[in-house]
Amino acid sequence: MRNRYRFLIPLALVSLMATSCASDTEGDGGAAGDYPRAETLYTGGTQWGPPSTWNPLDTGNYATGTVGLVYETLFLFEPQSGEYIPWLAESGEWVDDSTYELKLRQGVQWSDGEDFTADDVVFTVELGQIEGSTYGNLWEWLESAEAVDDHTVRFTFSQANYAQWANWLYFNAIVPEHIWSERSDEEILTGANEEPVGTGPYAYEAHDQDRQVWKKRDEWWATEALGHEVAPTYIVDVVNTSNEAALGQVLQGNIDMNNNFLPGVAQLVQGGYGVETYYPEEPYMLAANTAWLVPNTTKEPMDDPEFRKALSASIDMDEIVTNVYGGLVTEANPTGLLPAWEEYIDTEVVEEYATPRDPDVAKDILEEAGYEDTNNDGFVETPDGDPIDLTLIVPSGWTDWMESARVISESAEAVGIKVTAEFPEFNDLVDQRNSGEFDLVINNERQISNTPWTYYDYIFRLPVQEQQTTVNFGRYENEDAWELVGELDGVPVEDVEAVREVAGELQQIHLEEMPVIPLWYNGLWSQTSNTVWTNWPSSETDNNYLPSTWRGYFQLGSILMLTELEPAPEEE
Amino acid sequence: MRKYFGRKIFVYVLTFFAAVTINWMIPRLMPGDPIQSRLARASLTDAGAAEALYEYFNNMFGLDQPLWQQYLNFWVSLLQGDLGISIWNFPTPVTELIMGAVPYSLGLLLPSILLSWFVGNWFGAYAARSKWLDNTILPLGYVLTATPYMWLALLLAWSLGIVADLFPASGSYGLSLQPAFTWTFISSLLEHWFLPFLSLFLVALGGWAIGMRNMIIYELESEYSNYLQALGAPRRLIRRYAFRNAMLPQITGLAVQLGTVVAGALLTEIVFSYQGLGYLILQAIQNQDFFLLQGAFLFIVIGVLIANFIIDVVYVMVDPRVRVQMQGGAK
Repeated sequence: MRNRYRFLIPLALVSLMATSCASDTEGDGGAAGDYPRAETLYTGGTQWGPPSTWNPLDTGNYATGTVGLVYETLFLFEPQSGEYIPWLAESGEWVDDSTYELKLRQGVQWSDGEDFTADDVVFTVELGQIEGSTYGNLWEWLESAEAVDDHTVRFTFSQANYAQWANWLYFNAIVPEHIWSERSDEEILTGANEEPVGTGPYAYEAHDQDRQVWKKRDEWWATEALGHEVAPTYIVDVVNTSNEAALGQVLQGNIDMNNNFLPGVAQLVQGGYGVETYYPEEPYMLAANTAWLVPNTTKEPMDDPEFRKALSASIDMDEIVTNVYGGLVTEANPTGLLPAWEEYIDTEVVEEYATPRDPDVAKDILEEAGYEDTNNDGFVETPDGDPIDLTLIVPSGWTDWMESARVISESAEAVGIKVTAEFPEFNDLVDQRNSGEFDLVINNERQISNTPWTYYDYIFRLPVQEQQTTVNFGRYENEDAWELVGELDGVPVEDVEAVREVAGELQQIHLEEMPVIPLWYNGLWSQTSNTVWTNWPSSETDNNYLPSTWRGYFQLGSILMLTELEPAPEEE
Repeated sequence: MRKYFGRKIFVYVLTFFAAVTINWMIPRLMPGDPIQSRLARASLTDAGAAEALYEYFNNMFGLDQPLWQQYLNFWVSLLQGDLGISIWNFPTPVTELIMGAVPYSLGLLLPSILLSWFVGNWFGAYAARSKWLDNTILPLGYVLTATPYMWLALLLAWSLGIVADLFPASGSYGLSLQPAFTWTFISSLLEHWFLPFLSLFLVALGGWAIGMRNMIIYELESEYSNYLQALGAPRRLIRRYAFRNAMLPQITGLAVQLGTVVAGALLTEIVFSYQGLGYLILQAIQNQDFFLLQGAFLFIVIGVLIANFIIDVVYVMVDPRVRVQMQGGAK
């Protein structure tokens, strides 16, 4: 028996040697491949599982780039400049208070050669009438969409919600009627759409468990119409498995742009590892969304605005910004409005109503509102004498949020509010959050957009449902505020002054009532490498587009980032 | 003989039934709701839309039925070879996901388990007889087995992958390639395979070597060895007997290892971003993908049972005691 093993050993050694020799010849990752390195852009940070659907209407799950690279929107909204850029549409305007007329670009073709026409737009808008469509609420105030001619669409509204409409126009991708009209409602909403036919600069090339590959289309309309040309011939989007792997790929130069949160990236940027971020120094990243502490306002004592203010005042934000994030984020404005919405912040209101972040202020508020430590356990009780013992939940594994939750818990306890941080699995957390069983939760599910309406819609939306799936997780009810949100929607988006006025009133309510507590601006995480591609978006160059592949961001101008990229000069 | 295997097969069928039932049940006891989380990602603007979609998905996955009905449906579709559709990776069928991952897991684990077993046993057996080997290789073996796998793997990825840049530290084949039967692709596949393989090989090696060495020493000091020695039998002969006896537990160990081979190597696949079943299982748990979990566990259960069955057969051949017992039972 022993002899039988013996002959296997050299065999094993030979096979070991063979593999190590094979790798010597190829060095790092194979220069000769199907996608030449110099023409390929490698991205990562959006896809957390194998690409499984290319359906632009499945907004939370489509493979990275489905909307943006393949399917396109009527407009882009570029938050850095605050401009709406006509894209599939050439122009659009409100003819009167209830009519919007859209002129479409001529000469745009789908990747199968069919013309893009007004019928496609009407068809796409009408998909909102399918029950379960992501933009079903559009039809609550849109009366009809009709194709006037091949390149003109007229929309008639029962109510002019300017902000939401502008948002719809740049956020939702248009799909080809000639293909989609043959599908059932279920297939339209949830089908995988394996052979995506779009108008965009890229087409499906291949996918596997760990990647999605797109290939450039030479016939992209914008090259002729606008002089835009996307630089990479191929885009390979790599599926995330872990932060370690992502970090390794960036350091090895195998990924050109990574949109993950990578802890400690500041040291890499400063340490000369060839990794760059939007700003070369703090805060390194652009702001993408606001992280809020959401109190469940249906529970005692979170139903008391004074208590919420005290909680907000107690939080040691410096500790979170400096120690948890290492300066990668900045403390949010008291209103929580993102820097992109800075012009809508009413500084007088902020000055008058904002509660300063100061433990002493927190203690004062608690005392004044009757929260006292009656049983001498070191923590305050409610004015009725009931003990307060709150739980703050963040998803397990989200290490930066877990650390922040610990800081919040410690600083709350320092002023006498008992808060315990807990880390349930994400699904469990969603369950508690949606059904309103939680005490406190950290959330950031509203991204940067064209209008602060989306921000206030998140905070104040009524009516509260049995399951709150997307907004107002704290179940805060304030009819006046919700009415103001509607009013904000009815202000034409170009009228900054009027928007600011309504937004100012909302800011006052927010600061007085504190239904959600703004914490910090979550970064638009982006780590780029200059090995193969240069001229990345940066505060130092003219390329200031948002550096992101996240879902919903190509519409925010990220697609133009691709047209600004330049191949790195050849080394040696 | 027939009675022996008949009884074995009966036990296997019973185990299969119980294991599959447990696999079906446990994911459903987890807190949370996979459909809610799926919808949460979609960030629907319309509350009504969420409700309609929730109902649609719930109905489609059959999660709106009473539990006993779900359980029956599960067996019915299982017997038809249908493992359902993944919730996490909707609308990809579970079978497709698993079939895409299994070759990578097998390709990684089979060679590493077999090679580490052969090499480990060989080293162990020699070490038991050589002071020199016992003092060098064995301590190294102890260190390797005691090393937390995660740490060793990260160390390998960092040193050989990132610092020395000899091997790619992640992925299962070059990102610039498409699977094809070409030298470029195959060499890239091997190159990406090497580090995860090495990490698994090294960690398992020490264990086998230590086990074998201890067994051999134990056997050499046992009564029958002493007796043989007293009779004046040649050392070679004694060692051969000792080796044969020492092999038995090692074979069982190998079988158990091989049985779980389809489960993939979870940590390896995560550290090296290697596509395989382990990674799928982790994702399925995190996303409460009942169907993918059931499917993956089914493979593991079948794998373990088949491996055990093979061992039962092998034992009949290599262990005379089993043979005797079997004949006794057949009387």
